[in-house]
Amino acid sequence: MEIQKNHSAYLDPILERHAHRATDLLQILRAAQEHFGWLHPEAIDHLTRRLGVPRAKIEGMASFYAFLHLQPAGRYRVLFSDNITDRMLGSAALRERMCRNLWIEPGKVSEDGLVSVDTTSCTGMCDQGPALLVNGMAVTRLDAQRVDAICDLIRNQAPLAAWPTEYFRVVDNIRRSDLLLNPGFIPGAALTAARQRGGQGLLHEIKASGLRGRGGAGFATAAKWEACRDAAGEAHYVVCNADEGEPGTFKDRVLLARHADEVFEGMTLCAYVIGARKGLLYLRGEYRYLLDHLDRMLARRRENHLLGASILGQPGFDFDIEIHVGAGAYICGEESALIESLEGKRGTPRNRPPYPVTHGYLDQPTAVNNVETFVATCHIALAGGAWYAGIGAAQSSGTKLLSVSGDCARPGIYEYPFGISVRQVLDDCGAADTQAVQVGGPSGTTLATHEFDRLIAFEDVPTAGAFMVFDIRRDMFEVARNFVHFFAHESCGFCTPCRVGTSLLRNLMDKLHNGQGSPHDFHEIEKLDRILLSASHCGLGHTACNPVLDTIAKFRPAYELRLQQRRFVPAFDLDRSLQTARQMTGRDDGATHLHDEGSVR
Amino acid sequence: MTAHDATRPAPPPAGAPERKPKLATVSLAGCFGCHMSFLDIDERLFTLIEHVTFDRSPFTDKKEVGECDIGLIEGGVCNAENVQILREFRQHCKILVALGACAINGGLPAQRNSIPLSSLLQAVYYSSPRLPHGGIPDDAELPLLLDKVHPIHEVVKVDYFIPGCPPSADAIWSVLRDLLAGRAPVLGHGMLHYD
Amino acid sequence: MSKTFTLDDKRIPFEDGQTILQAALAASVYIPHLCYHPDLEPHGSCKLCTVKVGGRQTAACTLRAAEGMAVESDTGEINAQRLALVQMLFVEGNHFCPSCEQSGDCRLQATAYQLGMLSPHFDHFFPNRPVDASHPDFLLDFNRCILCSLCVRASREVDGKNVFALAGRGLKTHLIVNAPSGKLGDTDFGGADKAAHVCPVGVILPKRRGFAVPIGERTFDKSSIADYVASRHGKRGGEK
Ligand SMILES: Cc1cc2nc3c(=O)[nH]c(=O)nc-3n(C[C@H](O)[C@H](O)[C@H](O)COP(=O)(O)O)c2cc1C
Ligand code: SF4
Ligand code: SF4
Ligand code: FES
Repeated sequence: MEIQKNHSAYLDPILERHAHRATDLLQILRAAQEHFGWLHPEAIDHLTRRLGVPRAKIEGMASFYAFLHLQPAGRYRVLFSDNITDRMLGSAALRERMCRNLWIEPGKVSEDGLVSVDTTSCTGMCDQGPALLVNGMAVTRLDAQRVDAICDLIRNQAPLAAWPTEYFRVVDNIRRSDLLLNPGFIPGAALTAARQRGGQGLLHEIKASGLRGRGGAGFATAAKWEACRDAAGEAHYVVCNADEGEPGTFKDRVLLARHADEVFEGMTLCAYVIGARKGLLYLRGEYRYLLDHLDRMLARRRENHLLGASILGQPGFDFDIEIHVGAGAYICGEESALIESLEGKRGTPRNRPPYPVTHGYLDQPTAVNNVETFVATCHIALAGGAWYAGIGAAQSSGTKLLSVSGDCARPGIYEYPFGISVRQVLDDCGAADTQAVQVGGPSGTTLATHEFDRLIAFEDVPTAGAFMVFDIRRDMFEVARNFVHFFAHESCGFCTPCRVGTSLLRNLMDKLHNGQGSPHDFHEIEKLDRILLSASHCGLGHTACNPVLDTIAKFRPAYELRLQQRRFVPAFDLDRSLQTARQMTGRDDGATHLHDEGSVR
Repeated sequence: MTAHDATRPAPPPAGAPERKPKLATVSLAGCFGCHMSFLDIDERLFTLIEHVTFDRSPFTDKKEVGECDIGLIEGGVCNAENVQILREFRQHCKILVALGACAINGGLPAQRNSIPLSSLLQAVYYSSPRLPHGGIPDDAELPLLLDKVHPIHEVVKVDYFIPGCPPSADAIWSVLRDLLAGRAPVLGHGMLHYD
Repeated sequence: MSKTFTLDDKRIPFEDGQTILQAALAASVYIPHLCYHPDLEPHGSCKLCTVKVGGRQTAACTLRAAEGMAVESDTGEINAQRLALVQMLFVEGNHFCPSCEQSGDCRLQATAYQLGMLSPHFDHFFPNRPVDASHPDFLLDFNRCILCSLCVRASREVDGKNVFALAGRGLKTHLIVNAPSGKLGDTDFGGADKAAHVCPVGVILPKRRGFAVPIGERTFDKSSIADYVASRHGKRGGEK
């Protein structure tokens, strides 16, 4: 494809659409990239001139996000989801098959610039994997046949629009519904109810409901809204966190697909309480396929006076919602990194305090909530806080959506009142011979059989929703290793302990995987865990050691079986390190090999 | 603590063997600078010889290392022979000490690490104007190069480190004295240097 | 009566808005730090200044001091962790002190001395980071960059130039330069810039001036970083 000399032709309309706002840089780059599949240096020149943003800042920002490319990355960019659940469904073999089939090396662009095949962090299709993204669009339920067909489509350069729509079909897999997932919500009903109560009245109901955030930390929603409302600022903002990056979590995907009205209405309720005129929904890049649907829903709500000026005809109640699409960075789920990303920057977590409720988007008071939290507020607005507080567990009112995947007959979404036992969920999803459940994703908790009577609730096992099931065939060391790779890949690189520590940890886990681990390495792993836990800047680093700590505590033999009896094993493969020299000298005599030693002090 | 406040090592701890401890030293991918610095302990060498026997070391010309108490390793690990010697030292020495910057982080030789070994060999043996009929030597006597130069702690377990390029004679003396006295060595301000 | 908090066993006075680190330095008490500079916005990324407040670890350079706070800093546990962080920085880049012009004046090295670092301990990454010698008066040796972003902040906040930026993510994070060529020689960087003088290690180096000061006379040959920093802050109210 000929690169245009004049980039203004396609860039200027994008810039117009974003009113030349530098804070929209991420959205501008996403749109700009759609033209050639990568960001041409001259395109960056043009943006630098038009936006007044230094080129190094644009490059620094673009290179932070896995889905933005400063070099040609192929006209077809295939990324296999690399969550442990995809792997358990055979994704590695399928990826190899595709690479063989297309004659390419993983991670490299084919010589003709046609295609690249690589891996990416969990794409949120664990209930219908193995999955991949092609040019940002999700393809589900891969098998050998589908992979071969995709190779043909790519070789024939078929545009994505001409690919069978079945490939892109994402099903909801709702297995158990309760109050959030039950149909019947009437758009506007919660807003009408709220208006009858007034902002303070609604806040009171939410307080009475005991609702706690569903994004992981479990912060009281009413307290957050109240603090945000009371914070001084030029403008207040509502932000919906739809980044859903925690591997094994896909419940927000289903809420956005099925219950977008409640999501947007919950955001509008929040705006009503805190006095915001603008809301932003940060949609993870992997869910790009939902964008058109969400835009249509927004348009419909505007038509119905549920968004825009004078909502429900009430003068002064003006609020609208913009969708920002992420670009492949788990850390952007962390609320302050998310705000940085919304402002068109690298997704680096901010120093706190101050918190977003006082200094959030554009340094203004901002309420950030998870998708599910907003949906819950609609039902509280409708039926009242007392009713809601009666559901669930003592310190965890209401229901929780679980994203169930892994070794079970019926993966999908299960909505339960808080306080459900792990065992009950396992029974319901048809899990057999289960040896472990990862609740809350890699940053959560690994539960072993003796803990299956524990309860899903903030007071026992808290979770943002992931529930990955592992039966007795699985090697829990490999599960932990997959998670450690995830964290090393997703560390934002801001702080020393996490930037370096997660990579050191990954290398040590790989060393054990290669059968080269020693008790010395095992101690090193434990040491790194402690540093990550206590010295990291944000939750990513703090929790990156969780899967390792948990599996060491509960599946220690999985580690011990890998350890050599020797106290010390070299950091690298000595014999392989001589390979180049052997090749170049053409020697292969005894002195050119270094074998393992029996026992070394 | 200055180096001269005690020219004699403290007596061995009670219960320690009566025999003279054995000391071995070797230079791997190093420049012998650390050994020269070791010699710079000057008259304290006599004291040292009263208290230790030298095993393999450039000072004895002994080629094989025997059972030793302390081994000092200068230099990083750049080839197969370095690995073999380092392993022998580890096997035979109760306490292994990395002596100097190269043993500790690869040092100057490790600055080749950013260049692939193949390009290095190409550049040296094929594109050097002085070697018009180049060719990479394949003599069985020559040890093969590792892809990268590594510090010794990435190949064997190392017990103590004396940084410096080279470490000062005082630092070497201080560590040896501590080790012989059965104390964990500490390098105070002024003796701790990486250059 | 000014407000105070305790740092280990000392009482430290502070003014509203001061961070723990700022107040400690003003009182001539050293807390290790690398990404902090008194003339620039605190950043909080190196984590060397990690202290314990109420049992929780936090960066002293970003947390505001508060009346009655009990801060632990100079403890075996915290210093062991700081040592590990410094070791991580050493293995992340290529730090060959004997051939570095900054040796003896380098804050990473001096902090490592302060913490008693004898070896980098971890396995080295040995990254490939080519140097940039394009500028007539300055050299960039990225091998030693610890990603503290002091130069980024100095160029942006003080020089108003944006010569430097961080790029990449995770362990691939690296420093870039604001020019289509990516070369310092093609930027408006100059020796009068604040950014030319804030690098704590040996990345941004003036050309033709290396090794000018003999060994024994360099900054941290003469005093430990603790004494150096504490005396400069305490006396002059600001580190230069
Ligand atoms: C590394 C990291 C990733 C996170 N990812 C998400 C996410 O994908 N979605 C989410 O809602 N919250 C995520 N969070 C939590 C948010 O920071 C924040 O607490 C949440 O969005 C607040 O909403 P809530 O109160 O409704 O739960 C993440 C936190 C961390 C530390
Ligand atoms: S803990 Fe990790 S993800 Fe969080 S700021 Fe530090 S490097 Fe970034
Ligand atoms: S060049 Fe120096 S000042 Fe700039 S980020 Fe690197 S270490 Fe910090
Ligand atoms: S000085 Fe505080 S984190 Fe770097």
